Formats: sequence, structure tokens, C-alpha cells
Amino acid sequence: MEKVSLRDAYGDTLVKLGEKDERIVVLDADLSGSTKTAKFAKRFPERFFNMGIAETNMMNTAAGLATTGKIPFVSTFAIFGTGRAWEAVRQTICYPNLSVKIVCTHGGITVGEDGASHQALEDVANMRNIPNMRVIVPADDVETRAVIRKIAYTDGPFYVRLTREKFPRIFDEETFKFEIGKGHVLREGEDVTVIANGVMTSFALLAAEELEREGISVEVIHMSCVKPIDSELIVKSAQKTGAVVTAEEHSIIGGLGSAVAEVLVENYPVPMERLGTPDVFGRSGKGWELLHYFGLDDKGIIEKVKKVLERKRR
Amino acid sequence: MITFEPEFFLKRNRDIDEVTLRAIAREVRKDILKMTSNAQSGHPGGAMSATDIIVTLYYYKMRHNPLNPKWEERDRFVLSKGHVCPALYSVLARTGYFPLEKLMEFRKIDGDLQGHPDMHKTPGIEISTGSLGHGIGAAVGMALGLKLSGSDSKVYCMIGDGEAQEGSVWEATMAASHYNLSNLVVILDNNNLQIDGPVDEVMSIYPAAEKWRAFGWNVMEINGHDFKEIKEALDRADRSKFKPTIIIAKTVKGKGVSFMENRAEWHGKALPPELLKEALKELGEIV
Repeated sequence: MEKVSLRDAYGDTLVKLGEKDERIVVLDADLSGSTKTAKFAKRFPERFFNMGIAETNMMNTAAGLATTGKIPFVSTFAIFGTGRAWEAVRQTICYPNLSVKIVCTHGGITVGEDGASHQALEDVANMRNIPNMRVIVPADDVETRAVIRKIAYTDGPFYVRLTREKFPRIFDEETFKFEIGKGHVLREGEDVTVIANGVMTSFALLAAEELEREGISVEVIHMSCVKPIDSELIVKSAQKTGAVVTAEEHSIIGGLGSAVAEVLVENYPVPMERLGTPDVFGRSGKGWELLHYFGLDDKGIIEKVKKVLERKRR
Repeated sequence: MITFEPEFFLKRNRDIDEVTLRAIAREVRKDILKMTSNAQSGHPGGAMSATDIIVTLYYYKMRHNPLNPKWEERDRFVLSKGHVCPALYSVLARTGYFPLEKLMEFRKIDGDLQGHPDMHKTPGIEISTGSLGHGIGAAVGMALGLKLSGSDSKVYCMIGDGEAQEGSVWEATMAASHYNLSNLVVILDNNNLQIDGPVDEVMSIYPAAEKWRAFGWNVMEINGHDFKEIKEALDRADRSKFKPTIIIAKTVKGKGVSFMENRAEWHGKALPPELLKEALKELGEIV
């Protein structure tokens, strides 16, 4: 599969939106080269605001801009946008339900060499727990473009988690449709459901192929929208397969795995396994090396599938 | 009760003398005490230090429309020190944003006047505040947005002196001068008291004027209870062409009631009924 850059897709889509709509403004905290908002800055310097290394004020300023009818996109690394600035996001963006679009890059372990201080493994959890906030973790460039276009014209706050590393392209530009709160069944199966997002969706597809050779039929669901989550699809699939595995490039605490578990436990409890980073900090290394180091790959998913199938048989 | 037609507020710099402003402020202080006492909760002390400035903004200076709170040409007021909202609620009610009776809903479970300002529950509130250090950043965003749209509306923002200990205040301060936000006027309610005691003892913010000057601001220092000085400072802020303005207003916590003045204990405590009666008497109410 061709590897594509999600953050470049973001920067390019911002420019396209900016061409058509003067209300689009972009804020960054000294990372515009990395988050790719520099593309917008170059094209529309008067509508780009570098707020310096001051993420809290960047969020508050974006909220103020939203009250004047602008559509602010705010970018920095995921750890700063959802950690450092968390309280501003809660108080000044989400509590007043303002239309600020927080799009952070460098989410997850694939930040790589910078190590634990810069690897956001709790960003989805941080954002998911705030009322009014919606959280999306796209898998590739095609989805990123669709998500950015969609949230620009949907009222209220959003958090979109992008990455430094390039990921395999999964979707077809011509046919892909993004809907807030809807999961995608990428492969139908009978024995077990794997629910994934971000880079883990491509690993889920690889794992499903491998497992099919062993006679295990896997249903793969891509769940980019962690909040609101597609409860109906989760329950429907669990009723069919009777076992669920989640896979995400995020801590197993508070992210996709937790969100799916919340749905299942209240609606249709089945054996479930969660793949993600355990309750630990990351470390330096190359992005793809780190994924394998933490077992966040097709092998890791296969292991979890076998474990959950064993529990299902009991 | 001193009332004006809604049209009165549509233009800036209205013809209103200091005697009238003082009389209105006395009514507002009574409202603050009644509201907090009725709720047996809230922050009367800081609300009373902020009263004269908020009254001058809404009755003399700001262009606003009580019948159409979202009027596009309005000036904005952001109460970054959101806990003193009883003063703002009273002024909003008295200028016609909502009925005066509503003030007694303050902090009540079925009311629209939250403990800290909520822009979706209360007409006239520009943005929800309460957690210190955030409102001023939102005010920077409003000023930036208005400037970008070519609007001549101004943004007024009140911060507290204890609030100035928050790092985000200085992030916003830096950004405002960086972006030449001459349409932003911040008023520092400098009553020098915070919950744990005098600001200079808890964590000094002084010298405040020098700090803001060094950050590239137009700085003025006034007596925040002298209506003539407040009016003049707000007018002088209009003449700043490139720099944002801060008006450092020396104020007295609990201003207007002798036994509340300069006492940190009235920061977050409502008067019990006996003391309320005494305080209202001091403010000229026939009880």
C-alpha cells in the first residue's frame, strides 16, 4: 500500500478551503512547518496567526475569533494542544460550544525519535472527556481531506488527530464518504470483529487477510470517529461475531478501546481485547520501529484475536 | 430607578454626568449584595471594586444594544475575572438585557444566571468565563477577528490583579501588542486583595505598569472609583493607534460598605441577613 502524509493532506485542504472562504483563519504555535499550516500561511498571510510557543492563549484566541464569525483551525503537536492547553479547550472552546477546529499532528508513538515527552498517547482520552467535543482519528490522506472539509462547516468544536509518520492509503478518493459518528465496515466477517482507527486500521486489514488463511473470518471496522461513536454498528457487529478486538495507536486507557468497551458493556457484552500502548510512556526510536516494539501491528492484532476467540469458546 | 431608552446605548460617549453614574453604581452595589445574600453564595467584594468601571463602560462608553445583544456593531465586554459577574448581571438587567427580577435567580438551580458567566444562558454575555486567565485571551481573539473584518468595534476586558498571576494572561498580553490590537482595552481591577490575602504578599504582580509598558502596551493608572478619571482614561484609549491599552485602576475591595472595604474575607462570602440590612442602609436604602 502506498504511504501518504496526513499532515500534508491537512495543509493542502486548508489552502483549498481558504481560497473559497474568507472566514477560514489558521493559528499555530511555532510549528507551522511541521503541522503543514505553513502552506496556508504562505498563501494567506493576513489570515494566519502565529501565536508563538503559547498554546493556552492560542486556544483562547481561537475561541475569541470564533465569536466574531471566523472559522478558526488551530494546530500544534497533539501533546501540547490536548495537554498543555487542555483547560483552555475545556473552558473557552467546549463550555461555550464554539466552532474551533483543533487539528493536531504528531499524535501517537510514531512521533518517533523525539521520545516520550512528545508522544501523545493520551490525547484522544483528554479530548473525549470534554462535553461538546468530537474526536476523529483518520486513517489516511483521503479521509483527512474529507474530515477537514466536513468539520469546517459543522458547528461546534472538533479534535482531529493526525500524525508525523506517513500511513498506508486505504480509501479511494472517488468513493470515500465521511459522516460524523459513522464507522466503516471495510471487511465483513463472522468470527470476530476488529475495530481500529489511525494507522491500526491498515494493520487490521493485514491481520484479517492472514487470519483468513487460518480459517478465521474477521470483520474489520474502521472507527475514526471516537466521539460520537457509532454504537449501533458496534452492537450489530458484536451480535454477529460474539467477540471484539480494538486496536489504536494510543494508550489503552480512555481512547477507542475504552469507548467501544463502554458501548458493549451497556448494550451487548461479549469477550473483548484492547490493543494499544499499555499504561506507560513511550521512548525514542523510529516511528515504525516503535509500532512494532509496542506490538502495535498486524502480529499484535492476530495475538489479540486468538486470545479473544479462546475466551469466546469458553 | 434611573432608566434610559434602548436607543440611548447605540452611540459611544454618551452625555451622562458623574452624579448620575454614581447613583446607578449605588443601585448596582445594592443588587450585588442582595443577589449574593439571596444565594448565600458568590463574590461580593470584587464585584463592588469592579462596579464603577463596569457602570461607566455600559452607561457612558460602550456602543451596545440591550434589545439586540448580538448586534454586529456592538463593542464587546469580556469579564475575564468571571467571579464578579453579579456586578455585570446587575448592569445588564438595568440597561435592559433582561428583567431586574431575574437577578434573584443568581446561582439557583432553575435560574439563568450562573455562578460564573455563561454566554448561552445569559443575554449580553460575550463569552463564558470563570477560570481565571482565559478571558483576556478570548478578548485578544475578538479584537483580532474584528480588526480582520474591518470593524471599528472595540473590545473591553476586565481582569483581576490576582488573575494576573496566571501565565496565560502574559501570553495574551504578548500577543495583543504583537498584533497591534489598538482596538483592545484591558482594565485591571487592582484592589490588591485575593482569597489568601494581599496580592503583594501572596504573589506580587508589581510593578504592574512597568510590566505592561515593557510588553508594548499603552498604560494608564487611575483611581477606579473616580468616574471622571474612568471616563477620561476610556476616551484616551480611543486615541491609541497601534498599541493595546491597559487601564490600571486602583480600587477598593468591598467598596461602598464600610465594614466590607479592604477585607479579603468578603472575596467569596455572602452577607448574612442582619449584615445585609446594615450594608443596604449604608448604601442609602430605606429598610
